Amino acid sequence: MPRQVRLLMAVALGAASGSLLRYLSSLAALALFGSGFAWGTLFVNVVGSFLIGLYSTLTEPDGRIMAGPILRQGVLTGFCGGFTTFSVFSLETFLLLQAQAFGVAALNVAASVILWLVAVWIGYRIGVRLNRLKGS
Amino acid sequence: MLTVTSFLLTCVLVFLGGAIGGLGRFFVSGFVARRFGETFPWGTLTVNVIGCAAIGILAALFFDPARQGPSNLPLWALFVTGGLGSFTTVSSFALQTLALARAGEPLDAVLNIAVSLAACLLAAASGFGGAYALLGG
Repeated sequence: MPRQVRLLMAVALGAASGSLLRYLSSLAALALFGSGFAWGTLFVNVVGSFLIGLYSTLTEPDGRIMAGPILRQGVLTGFCGGFTTFSVFSLETFLLLQAQAFGVAALNVAASVILWLVAVWIGYRIGVRLNRLKGS
Repeated sequence: MLTVTSFLLTCVLVFLGGAIGGLGRFFVSGFVARRFGETFPWGTLTVNVIGCAAIGILAALFFDPARQGPSNLPLWALFVTGGLGSFTTVSSFALQTLALARAGEPLDAVLNIAVSLAACLLAAASGFGGAYALLGG
């Protein structure tokens, strides 16, 4: 199979499985915590940000894990991209604003952004630590 | 109530939509990044803003505020949960913001956060408001 086709298939498959897992996460969050706050979206975005920070660092050229560009794109662009979502986050925030739940909307935005960035940073730091470990 | 059949169908539609959305993001963000350079994450910003405008439009068409849920579950699963959910991304946004901060561009990092949030929320609201007005709602 041509290289470009394999790359596209990896991105598509990664994004599809990430999306399915995101949907199942939101169903689980709904069952566990109810519909008052969008816990599912917060969860996938935080976990996806952690994962992209960790995996991108581990698979850097001098990283601990050897991953070809196709696998790497499949995980980073495909899976992490499909698992996380900015559009659903924005829609949920907008619906909160529309329902005049201004405090919850503001909290959703602030908590989300801070936790996404903290998560990607922790993932990156753990990746750096693991890359520095000696031996195999 | 979600029956087993409709649950499985929804999963398949989310999976399909997710594949298409992910490919769309790959092409659009790649095109924008090549066109406008990769020092600032224009590609991710572009897909996120387009995706947020589109989700606002689809919410005006297919979201039932009384039920706090979609009025057409299969369409919503394919185009919104799958398609637009996958077309937009938080993980790349977070990684690129971290990369800007690490590259000694804290101002660009803060700008990326502020512009992404403002533009995406505005896009979702405008998409919703525009479609709602056109529907004569």
